[in-house]
Amino acid sequence: METGSFLHQFIQQLINGISLGSIYALIALGYTMIYGIIKLINFAHGDIYMLGAYFGFVATTMFGFSFIPALVFAMAAAALTGIIIERVAYRPMRKAPRIAILITAIGVSFFLEYGMILIATPQPRTFPAVFEATVYNIAGLVINSQQLVILFSALVLMTALTYIVNKTKVGKAMRAVSFDTDAARLMGIDIDRIISMTFALGSALAAAAGVLVGVYYNSIDPLMGMLPGMKAFVAAVLGGIGIIPGAMLGGLIMGVVEAMVSGFFSSTFRDAAAFGILILILLYRPAGLLGKNIREKV
Amino acid sequence: MNNIRKRDLMSLLGCFALFAILQLLLSFDIIGPFWELNMILIGINIILAVSLNLINGYTGQFSIGHAGFLAIGAYTGAIVTVKLGLPFELALIVGTLCAGLVGFMIGLPTLRLKGDYLAIATLGLGEIIRICILNIEYVGGASGLMGIPRETNFAWVFWVGIFIIFFIKNFINSASGRSCLAIRENEIAAETMGIDTTKYKVLAFTIGAAFAGTAGVLFSHYFYIAHPASFTFMRSFDILTMVVLGGLGSMSGAITGAFLLTFISAFLAEYPEWRMVIYSVTLIVLMIHRPQGLFGNKELSLKMFKMGGGNDDGRTAESK
Amino acid sequence: MKKMHKALTVAAVSMLMLTVLTGCGSAKKGSEDTIKIGANLEMTGSSASYGKSAQNGIRLAIEDANAKGGVLGKKLEVVIADNKSEAAEAANAMQKLVAQDKVVAVIGPNLSSLSIATTSITTGSKVMAISPMGTNPSITVDKDGKTKDFMFRACFIDPFQGTVMATFAKDELQVKNVALLIDNSSDYAKGLAQFFKEAFIKTGGTIVAEESYLQKDTDFKATLTKIKAQNPDMIYIPGYYQEVGMIIKQAREMGINVPMTGGDTWDSAKLPEIAGKAALDNSYFSSLYSPDDDSQVNKDFVTAYQKAYGEKPDVFAALNYDATLLVINAIKTAEGTDTVKIKDAMASTKDFNGVSGNVTFNEQHNPVKSAVIIEYKDGVQVFKTKINP
Repeated sequence: METGSFLHQFIQQLINGISLGSIYALIALGYTMIYGIIKLINFAHGDIYMLGAYFGFVATTMFGFSFIPALVFAMAAAALTGIIIERVAYRPMRKAPRIAILITAIGVSFFLEYGMILIATPQPRTFPAVFEATVYNIAGLVINSQQLVILFSALVLMTALTYIVNKTKVGKAMRAVSFDTDAARLMGIDIDRIISMTFALGSALAAAAGVLVGVYYNSIDPLMGMLPGMKAFVAAVLGGIGIIPGAMLGGLIMGVVEAMVSGFFSSTFRDAAAFGILILILLYRPAGLLGKNIREKV
Repeated sequence: MNNIRKRDLMSLLGCFALFAILQLLLSFDIIGPFWELNMILIGINIILAVSLNLINGYTGQFSIGHAGFLAIGAYTGAIVTVKLGLPFELALIVGTLCAGLVGFMIGLPTLRLKGDYLAIATLGLGEIIRICILNIEYVGGASGLMGIPRETNFAWVFWVGIFIIFFIKNFINSASGRSCLAIRENEIAAETMGIDTTKYKVLAFTIGAAFAGTAGVLFSHYFYIAHPASFTFMRSFDILTMVVLGGLGSMSGAITGAFLLTFISAFLAEYPEWRMVIYSVTLIVLMIHRPQGLFGNKELSLKMFKMGGGNDDGRTAESK
Repeated sequence: MKKMHKALTVAAVSMLMLTVLTGCGSAKKGSEDTIKIGANLEMTGSSASYGKSAQNGIRLAIEDANAKGGVLGKKLEVVIADNKSEAAEAANAMQKLVAQDKVVAVIGPNLSSLSIATTSITTGSKVMAISPMGTNPSITVDKDGKTKDFMFRACFIDPFQGTVMATFAKDELQVKNVALLIDNSSDYAKGLAQFFKEAFIKTGGTIVAEESYLQKDTDFKATLTKIKAQNPDMIYIPGYYQEVGMIIKQAREMGINVPMTGGDTWDSAKLPEIAGKAALDNSYFSSLYSPDDDSQVNKDFVTAYQKAYGEKPDVFAALNYDATLLVINAIKTAEGTDTVKIKDAMASTKDFNGVSGNVTFNEQHNPVKSAVIIEYKDGVQVFKTKINP
């Protein structure tokens, strides 16, 4: 391959990777927040993303909402679902062994997937085009307006999240709970309420990702959350689980790696490469790219 | 010591009796082919659950990539019989050894990781194994490896299963096994006591992986096919669910968990639309109300039922 | 509180035990006045959407037959078993149908790899199975070229379909350089790509790129960027409609405007929705069935289907409907429920008038059927040409 076309392809793949990666980042954020606060790998998180896509679908097709209201509706509905799930399935298990909660999470995941199949049939649904896709051709590189919208929305949401976590009282409480739950309780923080808030925020972000994916790929189905959920989790671990900028970075890296492997090698090895990188990172930087290594005390 | 010997003998006799009854029921067609198939599936799942229990339950290492080892056993076993034309007995040994070897190679670097990190690494490795198989045309790639002879029957599954159960039970009661238990209870304390934690973690992981491989050989030689779709992370979750539902660190628990979940899954095949919903709700309810699993880490004791599976650590756990 | 926990646990466990026990007892005896037909379908798992259509098609055929008084004076009953879209589970489901439910014949599975995995059970139990959509040749023929006695299919086979598209590409589209984009998780797609490739190279064409993807992938831009760099005149994508729709949408967005072609799995009302009507222009596929076919049986079928389910039948519904009618027909010809006789009756089926065309089985239990090439114009399927075997 000549250099010119190689560079050209490389940049195009980078663009493809970043738009895919920003989706992973949005889902990964929820994973990381929930893990940070109750140390639970919430396997049902990918399915919240699926639910979000369906909420968006209902909002646009049945209520005739346009893009932004649909996005807000889906985020609100998913936030509520997140709170309910936490309330019903995870809260009774605060004191249970972590592996038991994990199995519950797997159960919740199955429940959401197959419950949705019962309600909405397994057939994929097509998302209505809420805005026209314009294609920009800049120096032979193709960028689509939807990719820009995804990137932009992701950036806005991440900024908003960073603001909430760093500057507001709730955010402060969240950080306190994730740092030391018992000390936070002693300081008079209502732990259950903060955990509910975390689930709400995380679920809303996943739902936003779901709606964006619905708009972008045009097709949603009840099992759509399985794989992206898994990959977003990998992204969260990659960046350092429990760390918000880490999830964003991890998501983007996953997206770019996938695009590069598909583009220059073979798409069938794409997932293997993603997991391979994860394992290398874990072995050499077990706390993730942005995580601090904490030595276990005796 | 003498006491344990006697118990083992009793359990073995119990096994013979159980086998005789089940085999008679099968031979006289009282249990039809459908439930025969499910009995074999239960047997295979028991092997998987018991072997994962050694890693997750007894040694306390959180592994969720068991389907990968199952796949390695299934495929290497099938290569031995289909591609090389060698006998099934050899396939069992080769499948077990290969899965054990891969388990060893994976375990050595990854077992330095702890808790959730180990979980996600094993999950990733399980998927990598599957994706690699998917891309090897020699074993059929995405189409799967077909034309595997049906060699597995109830007797094979039963006796291999019994062997593995006894093997793991004796391992747990050996010095090495005690070290594994110590690692589960407190790794740092175990290390201070002079236990080579890496060695025992890798040992337990290798044994668990090897037996998953055995289950794989039995599996592929019953269903005539080894197909990458049978070994996804969902399969790993299934096995994990059996172990946790039964009770981590309990042999009777793992067996019961495997038995129950396979049975439910088979039975619910009649209601395909509702199958997974019922399954998931049951799982959630059971976990919420019995987070330590049906058995906790206790065992069915010899005094309650005169059959296998009982061992000493049930009592120590109880007194905690 | 603790007591409540205990009570609930006990309740949950006893519910499990109950389901289990009733499960044991449910080895239903075939009641005297019904004939049971099995359906081994992809109800859950990755291909659940096909199972749903298939179930609709089968149900409709059975209800029709029952409304007309049943078969041999008995009512028909369909027993559905879920194969979870997995090969081993398909074998399991097949075993259950033949052994537990004592069905006289089985419809399904639809996916080739699943169908192949059930062979030994149909042979062992001497109950025939017909795969409505399994186009891979090895479903009905073993590796020594011998026909499998108890395996049938209701569709044409991949070598034929691949050749059809290769001929069409050369003669009508007049393309020379073709890129392949293959669903690597499906036997069907891989087989079809292979047969297309062989046939196309024979006509003097070149394959400039051969890429693959996996089912449930959603982002194809990376692979498409790679294909675009090779400047193909046509892209052949023998995959399932969900991914194909996204591929075409993304390809057009990237400025790839060459013809897109594919196989029978493109036949779905969802494809224009997913890809977008404009994007789908200039694409063609070989097919088994078109809901717009103007034969009388098909018109009746489409009307009945729309009345029952509120949507147009897709190819899965149609072929499963046909497969069911073929089984019913065979039971009638066999004049009884002897499974071997039903198999023989099925093999001797001649000029059966199905919604997807006439069926006559050849030596390999494959129906000799013509294929159609359909073009998408503004999201609507337009009949392009018919190619006979």
